[in-house]
Amino acid sequence: MVSPVLRLCMRYRVTGLSSGTGQKSPALFHKFITKRYVEFNFSPEKPCEGKGETSRMNLCQAINSALHTTLVNDPTAVVFGEDVAFGGVFRCTLDLQKRFGKDRVFNSPLCEQGIVGFGIGCAVAGTTAVAEVQFADYIFPAFDQLVNEAAKYRYRSGNQFDCGKLTVRAAWGAVGHGSLYHSQSPESFFAHAAGLKIVIPRGPIKAKGLLLACIQDKDPCIFFEPKVLYRAAVEDVPVKEYTLPLGKADVLVEGDAVTLIGWGTEVHILKEVADMAKEQLKVQCEVIDLVTINPWDVETVCNSVKKTGRVIVAHEAPLTGGFASEITAVIQEECFLHLEAPVQRVTGFDTPFPHVFEPFYLPDKWRCFDAVKKTLTY
Amino acid sequence: MIKVNIWNFGKKAQRHFGTWYQMSKDVATRMAPDFMEMSMKAISSFFTSSKKSYATEATFETKPFRLHRLEMGPSNTVTVTRDDALALYEQMHTIRRMETAAGNMYKEKIIRGFCHLYSGQEACAVGIKAALRPQDSVITAYRAHGWTYVMGVPQLGVLSELTGRQSGCARGKGGSMHMYGKNFYGGNGIVGAQVPLGVGIALASKYSGSDGVCIALYGDGAANQGQVYEVYNMAKLWDVPCIFVCENNGYGMGTSVERASASTAYYTRGDYVPGIWVDGMDVLAVREAARYSVDYCTSGKGPILLEMATYRYSGHSMSDPGTSYRTREEIQEVRQTRDPVTSFKEKIIAAELATAEEMKNLENKIRAAVDENVKKAKSDKEIGLEELVTDIYADSKEEYIRGITPWDRLEHKTLGMAVNV
Repeated sequence: MVSPVLRLCMRYRVTGLSSGTGQKSPALFHKFITKRYVEFNFSPEKPCEGKGETSRMNLCQAINSALHTTLVNDPTAVVFGEDVAFGGVFRCTLDLQKRFGKDRVFNSPLCEQGIVGFGIGCAVAGTTAVAEVQFADYIFPAFDQLVNEAAKYRYRSGNQFDCGKLTVRAAWGAVGHGSLYHSQSPESFFAHAAGLKIVIPRGPIKAKGLLLACIQDKDPCIFFEPKVLYRAAVEDVPVKEYTLPLGKADVLVEGDAVTLIGWGTEVHILKEVADMAKEQLKVQCEVIDLVTINPWDVETVCNSVKKTGRVIVAHEAPLTGGFASEITAVIQEECFLHLEAPVQRVTGFDTPFPHVFEPFYLPDKWRCFDAVKKTLTY
Repeated sequence: MIKVNIWNFGKKAQRHFGTWYQMSKDVATRMAPDFMEMSMKAISSFFTSSKKSYATEATFETKPFRLHRLEMGPSNTVTVTRDDALALYEQMHTIRRMETAAGNMYKEKIIRGFCHLYSGQEACAVGIKAALRPQDSVITAYRAHGWTYVMGVPQLGVLSELTGRQSGCARGKGGSMHMYGKNFYGGNGIVGAQVPLGVGIALASKYSGSDGVCIALYGDGAANQGQVYEVYNMAKLWDVPCIFVCENNGYGMGTSVERASASTAYYTRGDYVPGIWVDGMDVLAVREAARYSVDYCTSGKGPILLEMATYRYSGHSMSDPGTSYRTREEIQEVRQTRDPVTSFKEKIIAAELATAEEMKNLENKIRAAVDENVKKAKSDKEIGLEELVTDIYADSKEEYIRGITPWDRLEHKTLGMAVNV
């Protein structure tokens, strides 16, 4: 059995993408190959007002700017992780060691459990620790340190000790060709551990403000960076220090027909879906970027749902136990009588992150749009 | 049999051939002419038959092994027959060609994802495999292409896996890091995660009485993962026939061993697990050490740890140019003075095991085979979309896999049996 949606995907793939492999010129072939993976259009923020001078930065540079700002303003701050000295695999920490020295920006051995444990130790002793885990897929050796040590330090010591000065950064999400271990979105694993804050930015402006907020926050934070946006996302980012609120969702597009909820890369897909719905279905969708996974902004979400009565939550992580499940459960508790259709989750499948099937696995605009149509005609 | 000492190293050589990364530049420069001179000194042609003008066997001396908690190590004097020498060379050269092809296909964007090349480290896989018996197993990390090939997967199986096509050894579902074959428990994408598995595989061999050993490979970077130490302990505690092999190529991703490890003597880092330092650029030394280790393990003495001093020419993966943390000169130097493939070829020719022309013909044959398989790997089909939900569970308990939306579910499928069941 092939589902209608999958058939849609297949059609899409055949018409636009893989037809005539081998007969095309190399340049054209390249274009098709590139187009085949991670289909989304980045929609930049409007320039910030009142935050002073700005500079064109991609997500990498915005992260770099936040770390730079931290190292300048906080003399206790240290930045460490695998290969951060030469800039890290994604070059987010480029030149930081040159500027701030080997005592403050340094490489760690390849041992995630050690990196996070070390970071917790630094933080509990009063140092601002910004640890990098090279890929979110590699964070699992450190799962115990994060869930059992970092999350519970404050609680179990009756607030005598905490590791709030710890921030763990990790490259997150699909990148177009990452296969099983360079593509995962493990946010919901950590959402289950009270005591951690989990933040995912959608672009450079948000990334700098949120990362600085995480670093300055008094609780341990995990900051997941959508790696496909590292270079694809470019915005005018304020040069000086600024923070953006944690636990606060952003309503990016206002509407009354369907509420579309996502975070990270998915936000850009949902914005495009809202445009498609407006154009093809003549309805106005409301797009919400959740921004913070834990603690998440129940109020903003529920206010929107009460207005629209129809909801779609989309994320790259698999369906079962994904964070959409939690949002869905809360919506049905809080907004039961307002709902016009069941809450829909459009997510990765309950499969490992596939190698050759990535375009089908991802909750792309076609799948989300299909869900919009279904929820409107429920 | 008359022994021919081609490599006659005295104390001076021992000093020069410290683990490669300890070599200062000038030492390495001085080493280069020595190396050439010594290779050329090769004298042989014994056992020459009347019809053939080549030697059937030659004996070489390896760099000294360094021992940790061992009274006696492998022999420094190794003998190789013409047939074995050519077979070893063919495998090493094939891996080199395949990796070059893989690098090119990656640059053409035909291989997507993460692609870690084995070029420079060929002697490790080929030498170890030559010492293994049919009942022995291997598990390695993400630098798996060469290993997959020597463990019996045809070239096409490796190359098509890289391009994600159906003739790939995992039918394109795994890609670069995830290739499997009989008694080859795969590449593994997570640094160090395969090492505990290797000890488990070795325990299973012991428990089932197969007399097999397991080779658990990891890099110098993974040597700092905590789980590696957990299983050193378990392996020694229960005398598990596991051969830990640390392929020390000098860099854990972009960090050199000195900057990552408090002790770079990886062969000693098992503490109570005996260890041997091996010149991982000399296929015969590797084979000798692996033979010794298989004997050691099967005699019931428990695990042993081999450190292979080797080098990778490419970056950590294709996205790493491999030049931001080391100099181009350093790479060139290794290529010229220690390359496992060309140095072995020189030995073969110098010992008159084969002529330069024979070697050239062999290389041409390999090149043609790889080119042919590359062509197939590029043009083969991908597996059907239904395999997205195939083989997630052996017995799913649910007919459908949840996904997409609540209305659209995919039928769960199982395809055949796992090779090791």
